[in-house]
Amino acid sequence: MGRLTVADGAVEEPAEDEPSLHELLPDGADDPVAPRVLPWLPATLVERRPETASAATLVLDAPGWTGALAGQHVDVRLTADDGYAAERSYSLASPAGAPVELTVQVVDDGEVSPYLTLDMEPGDHLELRGPIGRWFVWRPGSTRPVQLIAGGSGLVPLMSMVRTREAVGASTPFRLLVSARTPADALYDEELAALTDVEVTRVWTRRAPEGWTGPVGRADAATLAAACFPPADEPDVFVCGPTPFVEAVANALVDLGHMPGRIRTERFGPTGS
Amino acid sequence: MAIVSRGFRGRRTEDPRLPPGQYLERGFPVLSAGPTPRADLDTWTFSIRGADGERGSWTWRELQALPADDIVRDIHCVTRWTKLDSHWRGVSLDRLLDAVRIEPDEQYVLAHCDGGYTTNVPLADLRGGQAWIAYGYDGGALPPEHGGPARLLIPHLYFWKSAKWIRSLQLLDHDVAGFWERLGYHEYGDPWKEQRYWGD
Repeated sequence: MGRLTVADGAVEEPAEDEPSLHELLPDGADDPVAPRVLPWLPATLVERRPETASAATLVLDAPGWTGALAGQHVDVRLTADDGYAAERSYSLASPAGAPVELTVQVVDDGEVSPYLTLDMEPGDHLELRGPIGRWFVWRPGSTRPVQLIAGGSGLVPLMSMVRTREAVGASTPFRLLVSARTPADALYDEELAALTDVEVTRVWTRRAPEGWTGPVGRADAATLAAACFPPADEPDVFVCGPTPFVEAVANALVDLGHMPGRIRTERFGPTGS
Repeated sequence: MAIVSRGFRGRRTEDPRLPPGQYLERGFPVLSAGPTPRADLDTWTFSIRGADGERGSWTWRELQALPADDIVRDIHCVTRWTKLDSHWRGVSLDRLLDAVRIEPDEQYVLAHCDGGYTTNVPLADLRGGQAWIAYGYDGGALPPEHGGPARLLIPHLYFWKSAKWIRSLQLLDHDVAGFWERLGYHEYGDPWKEQRYWGD
């Protein structure tokens, strides 16, 4: 490889009215929590906490773990006794700097998630590598309002941000819109209900809890306009969920006048195409 | 001594076409840092630039009028999925690069995209039938969420190098890290060497 420089001035950018992805980068350039080389760390399951019928939180003891920023993920490696190994990425649910907690949603016919959520017992081992991803992150130093929008288990990295805000006692305005299929699919329900100064808006796409008087269905532009900080507040927006959810939400937010450069997305799952 | 996960068996879809640490994916997942940009094909251009300005530029119609390749390649995402035999259509970068002046010391390229995304690639990796400006996928137009109207296609590197919504290539005499490359991902990204993150 030739020499590699990180020089903003060297990159010619088209003139735009809003920050481009490249211009938004510098605050992520030198995080102490992101060492330059990431080793695989042996980890032991301390506790497996069921969240729903198909999701569980794994509390892991990983000596050498140096903490993460809110919103980051880790790579997980499972090795069978004959040496066969499989690797996947999972978002951290724990707050920034805390020990590793992953909330894992079972994927139908998945190779790794059924083992993690159903088979693994306290005392069992895996390897992990991270933290990874320095774009979809929230830093407590930022005072800009934060709009979180989650579809299904896309709530996990956003919960890390909410927990980080609570842990450091930040007063940054936070709003959270959570879309789930049914109450049985809802992650962290009690914890969200107990939040006192984060506005939480629930969206139920298939079936709402008893006594629910609002609509049942996907989050549309009207829902987003009512639930989210207005574009004039220039919030940092984090959208995480299945690809069709993120596509629809991000497009609607742009239509509502939010700056594309302030909308950070993380998508998972196939598109079906 | 490997760390064994007690009772883990796995699916064991081992395939010689799967690079290390990858699994087989039949769908086509989407990975993007932000909203999907909207392009206006009437004003869209793809350009190649150097320090002294534009060296070549193609409108959408001009790009479509160039001879195109049908491309069948395996693609490997750093998030660990690999999709075998994906079908693309696009213009070879050999053809586009041959049409412009390139100085001998310009051995590095920074790709620029709608939305401000960037990624860096050595010029040599864009030559020799290894890279395309792709506008077709699976027999149709390239869908916007997969990078349409046009994306870079460099299937021999991790797929974040195949930048979506491509608009220009900047020729450079030194390597400049792109978007993910500044956020912890490897500057080159060879899937067969598992060059995922800094220092791999």
